[in-house]
Amino acid sequence: MGTLCACVLAHHQPHHHSAESKRMAEDGRDELVATDDESDHTAADGSSSLNNTMVEEGSTLVRRMEICVAEAEKRSGKNTVNMQETFTVYLIETRPMDAVAEGRNPAPDSLWRRYSEFELLRNYLLVTYPYIVVPPLPEKRAEFVWHKLSADNMDPDFVERRRIGLENFLLRVASHPVLSNDKILHHFLTEEYGWKEVVYETGFQAKADSRIRALSATFRVRNPDKRFMEMKHYSDQLQSHTSQLLRARARVADRLYGVYKVHGNYGRVFSEWSAIEKEMGDGLQSAGHHMDAYAASIDDILEEEEHYADQLKEYLFYAEALRAVCRKHELTQFELEMASQDLISKKQQHEELATGIVRTFSFKGMTNKIFGQEAPVQREARIKLLEELIAEGEDTVKEKTVECEEHVERAWVDMQRFKEQKDKDLREALINYAVMQISMCKKGIQMWSNAKECFLKM
Amino acid sequence: MSVGTPRGLASSGQKPIAEILHPLSSAAEPLSVSVTVNLGGDKEAGLTNGTPVETSSPASTSSLFNRLQLDDDLEADVRDPYAETTETRDLFVTVGDPKKHVSTMETYITYRVSTKTTRVEFDLPEYCVRRRYQDFDWLRIKLEDSQPTHLIPPLPEKFVMKGVVDRFSEEFVETRMKALDKFLKRIADHPVLSFNPHLNSFLTAKDLNKRQGLALLTKVGESVKYVAGGYKLRARPAEFCAMGEYLDTFNQKLGTIDRIAQRILKEQSEYLTELREYGTVYSSWVGLEDELRRPLEGVAGCVTTCCGALEDLGENMSQDFLPVLREYVLYVESMKNVLRKRDQSQAEYEARLEAAILRKQEDRTPMPVEVEKCQDKVECFNADLKADWERWQSNKRQDFKQLLTGMADKNINHYEKCQAAWESLITLLQDKQTEDKSSETN
Repeated sequence: MGTLCACVLAHHQPHHHSAESKRMAEDGRDELVATDDESDHTAADGSSSLNNTMVEEGSTLVRRMEICVAEAEKRSGKNTVNMQETFTVYLIETRPMDAVAEGRNPAPDSLWRRYSEFELLRNYLLVTYPYIVVPPLPEKRAEFVWHKLSADNMDPDFVERRRIGLENFLLRVASHPVLSNDKILHHFLTEEYGWKEVVYETGFQAKADSRIRALSATFRVRNPDKRFMEMKHYSDQLQSHTSQLLRARARVADRLYGVYKVHGNYGRVFSEWSAIEKEMGDGLQSAGHHMDAYAASIDDILEEEEHYADQLKEYLFYAEALRAVCRKHELTQFELEMASQDLISKKQQHEELATGIVRTFSFKGMTNKIFGQEAPVQREARIKLLEELIAEGEDTVKEKTVECEEHVERAWVDMQRFKEQKDKDLREALINYAVMQISMCKKGIQMWSNAKECFLKM
Repeated sequence: MSVGTPRGLASSGQKPIAEILHPLSSAAEPLSVSVTVNLGGDKEAGLTNGTPVETSSPASTSSLFNRLQLDDDLEADVRDPYAETTETRDLFVTVGDPKKHVSTMETYITYRVSTKTTRVEFDLPEYCVRRRYQDFDWLRIKLEDSQPTHLIPPLPEKFVMKGVVDRFSEEFVETRMKALDKFLKRIADHPVLSFNPHLNSFLTAKDLNKRQGLALLTKVGESVKYVAGGYKLRARPAEFCAMGEYLDTFNQKLGTIDRIAQRILKEQSEYLTELREYGTVYSSWVGLEDELRRPLEGVAGCVTTCCGALEDLGENMSQDFLPVLREYVLYVESMKNVLRKRDQSQAEYEARLEAAILRKQEDRTPMPVEVEKCQDKVECFNADLKADWERWQSNKRQDFKQLLTGMADKNINHYEKCQAAWESLITLLQDKQTEDKSSETN
């Protein structure tokens, strides 16, 4: 089934509002349009962006399977240190795409997962595909909060936004030309029990540990690929700008909240004032109600803006993933250089021993001079050993070269894909932000017009 | 006070009468009567140069006046809540054209006071004089003095803290000028006060012969002793009690509204600071991107526009809204004073009456004439006060309707500006999108 089901796109757009997702989930199951021309419609809801991130060749998972994170629930249980804890689990529902397309409405397969399992999946992917810019998870703890928004992980709004973020993560992974074929991912979506064991069996944990060490290590690379260095620089900048923006936005939200809320005081004083007035009373009183409504309207406005913040956050974290790919290049390049270096020095040692000519200063050379040369038998043994080492070394260099080149090749492809996706997504996010601002202005005009009508009746 | 032949009127083609140069105005610029009634004065003129005022075109007296009247009425409907009907208004005053005067002793501002009238009490149909704040204050005192039973409109605050407020800043002068204009208009529209000879002098005299204070003191002395002497008012009529209570509560509410408005200004100013910073973050990101350049620049631009709109809103609130609010606080004070004076005159009457009754009981002296006069005085006072109260209530209603509607309008305006900016951004970005798409398919 190579055709796309537009209902899936409409349902699974990366950036949608919490209230809509459930409704769209219901709508999505009924609609049956299946032409690739859908991709030309520039839907304001952003379905086109997901469309464009899918690669034409190869069939990605999301084409075969409808995925969604439908619900969130609180659970209690004992944790690893046998203490009682509360945590949230998320319901992942999947259905085969052909069933949906054929109009059958089978019950979805579902399983519950908690955030830490998503983390495990992602870590596995990071380690297994170091040349891929792996999609990020929604944040673990609420950051860049402005004062009213609670930083509490149990807050229902936070949980809801996280649910959307997790769904977004799954969809991005499932639509990635490389990641979507991963078996562990399939298991994650379909096998509730024993999944963790399967992951650990892959032995990724060891690689994960060394990866973490490598990411924070400092080493000097002689000839890194310039493009990767530029990309790394870009990722740093992207991180810096998105985090600055998020902080500034939070401060703005804080202040705006204050402005709106103070207007609520007009409501009260107009009401009190209307009590001593005869003709003016009614007009004042009603105007006061509108001032109250105005003050209250900021809550929804800012809640909606959080979605914009989430979109920015996604790219803040994406920047990290991009950086990691560049760092991996540095690492492989470094290892290649080290291996080459090592090979060269071994060959030199061999040459020295074989020809007796000491080209470079060496400890052996010195001791030879001082204590006299070693016995021929020993020399032979050493030469033999060195030849073995050189053979190994040559294999290593070959390996490392391949590793390095493969990484460069694959990573470059994915980074291009990422760039296109980023441009599309962020452009859309900015447009959506403008739409939000317009909506806010319209609401403001409405409220003040209502108040004005009351004033005119005074 | 005869009408006489109009001298130097535009009809004869000669220069307008307003060659009455106030000794303080710079002699170089002859003040001519402007045809349009300009409430705000000529802002462009600033404080140091003269007003580039258009000279009135030649026309007959009556048609000129009709034209003026028409203009005034337009202004009146739009701005002036005190406009009585076209037929009854025959005295128009305007305050405008602030100018700074620097002398060896002091620096101060004068304002041009223009008058147009058909009243016989005035020698000429038009006048133009320059007055300073002191002069307005003189007028106010004179009116209070000579019309104690009437409510005199308030003046803007006399003293300003030297370090805190710049007395010569454009905003301050503009605000003060508007308040002075309102002050005169309220008096001009009052059926009794507008005929006061002191007003006449103020509007017409080259030189205000100011003798302040003395008359006031002697008059006040009389009544005060009846109240100061501990005499209690026997029965204040209920309606005046109600007035007093109303004023107290109203004053309270005014204060609250003032505080809320100030708080809003503060919050908006802090919001503005953050918003500006926010805009710069978008701008700084632009350099990093290529495809995203336009949207980022666009958003930065919209944010800047919103900042400008917000600034305007704040300015409006502090220059138009708050001063009017504060003026009403002063107005309430004036009204309370009048109520007190009424109480005093009632107290005086009751005291005299009691004394007269006692004497009558003792030696059968008939009721002295003064007592009857006092009674008349009280009754007049009550009548005047009630009339003024009604007028004040009606004006207050109009004023606040205008004030609050204005506030709503300014806010609507602010949002409209912002909305327009964001909408044009979307249009811009969507155009680019269709542009790109069509170039892709080509």
